[in-house]
Amino acid sequence: MGAQAATLDASAERVATLFARLPELIDANSDLVRRGRFLTTDFAIIVGTIPLLVRIEAGRVTSVARGPFLLRPWTFSITAAPETWLALFKRVPDPGTHDLMALSKTGLARIEGNLQPFMANLQVIKDIVTAPRALM
Amino acid sequence: MKATFEPIVGRYAHLTLSGRPHRLYIEEAGSGIPLVCLHTAGADGRQFRHLLNDPAITRDYRVIVFDMPWHGKSLPPAGFETEEYQLTTADYTQMVLDVCDALELEKPVVMGCSIGGRLVLNLAAEHAVRFRALIGLESAAYQQPWYDTEWLNRPDVHGGEVCAALVSGMMAPQSPAESRHETLWMYKCGGPGIFKGDLYFYRVDGDLREKIARIDTSRCPLYMLTGEYDFSCTPEDTRRTATLIKGAEVTIMKELGHFPMSENPAQFRRYILPVLEKIKAGS
Repeated sequence: MGAQAATLDASAERVATLFARLPELIDANSDLVRRGRFLTTDFAIIVGTIPLLVRIEAGRVTSVARGPFLLRPWTFSITAAPETWLALFKRVPDPGTHDLMALSKTGLARIEGNLQPFMANLQVIKDIVTAPRALM
Repeated sequence: MKATFEPIVGRYAHLTLSGRPHRLYIEEAGSGIPLVCLHTAGADGRQFRHLLNDPAITRDYRVIVFDMPWHGKSLPPAGFETEEYQLTTADYTQMVLDVCDALELEKPVVMGCSIGGRLVLNLAAEHAVRFRALIGLESAAYQQPWYDTEWLNRPDVHGGEVCAALVSGMMAPQSPAESRHETLWMYKCGGPGIFKGDLYFYRVDGDLREKIARIDTSRCPLYMLTGEYDFSCTPEDTRRTATLIKGAEVTIMKELGHFPMSENPAQFRRYILPVLEKIKAGS
């Protein structure tokens, strides 16, 4: 394995570890839970090649499962490279990597699948996926 | 506790726009050079309240802010319920000219943000002689769309919530939470389909790339200011536009995004006061 690939793997592992803490991060934010109370869904966060399946029930993240998955469905997915997720998580992110939709516009993130629940709960989902910023 | 009042005066004007009677809400403060401010798509004139309250501006400028029809406290015209609202370049341009005429403004400065920033480019191309100076905030002749506007007005997505959620990331992270949320509130208050209808001008009807080469800044100075965190109208979009306009002055504003006047009024002031001073000195 080359040095670059090893660094990438380490970054991916770091991001996956941060996302694994979503249940506690969201639980600690009662306002976010209140705003997301109508949202129950399964969606995938894909960190490079690592798929994470996030279960949301009434605004709470009840599980973050790590793939690979065998024919498991999800409603929508958000895919980005590990370094892109880390850029988004910066306490004061840089212009262009400061917002999920900015990443989508430039192609650094891909948002795919059934986007109705995504758009209907857009601010809640943006807040959930950037919650690891509190750990940086 | 005794109330304190701001120096802003708000009134309703009755005038005809695009051949239809309108009741338009207009706020103003100050005296001197008329400075007409154009709000962003899907919002209203409250975005400029800090300018209206800034004595450093109002001592030399008569700041005038109107809510576009269908926005804020301006009503839609009679019969609106049977039509889809779509802002066109022609109607938007004529609206600003008509408001300036109706208020008998002599050589006003027009400052517009976002769609307003796009519009001032059209004013510069077609009506420069009528204006003392033009200021485009988050202004470009064209920029790349980044979502399908069908999401903005459909029954299974709350229009106000999705409009606010889309634009929330266009502000700088350094902007104070209170100001960011006040900015978003205006998006949450917008009428159904109005943000989408404004974006018809922005995305479909208002591509000015062919037209901006006509702009002659020796007839009317043009200032373009864009926030570094604006990913909708990026600094690069503004710079690319300005390269085609000889004499356009570009400023990229640090720690600001798409709504400089409302998301961080103190930071915006650092950039806009020197521009207004320059315009005053040239008058």
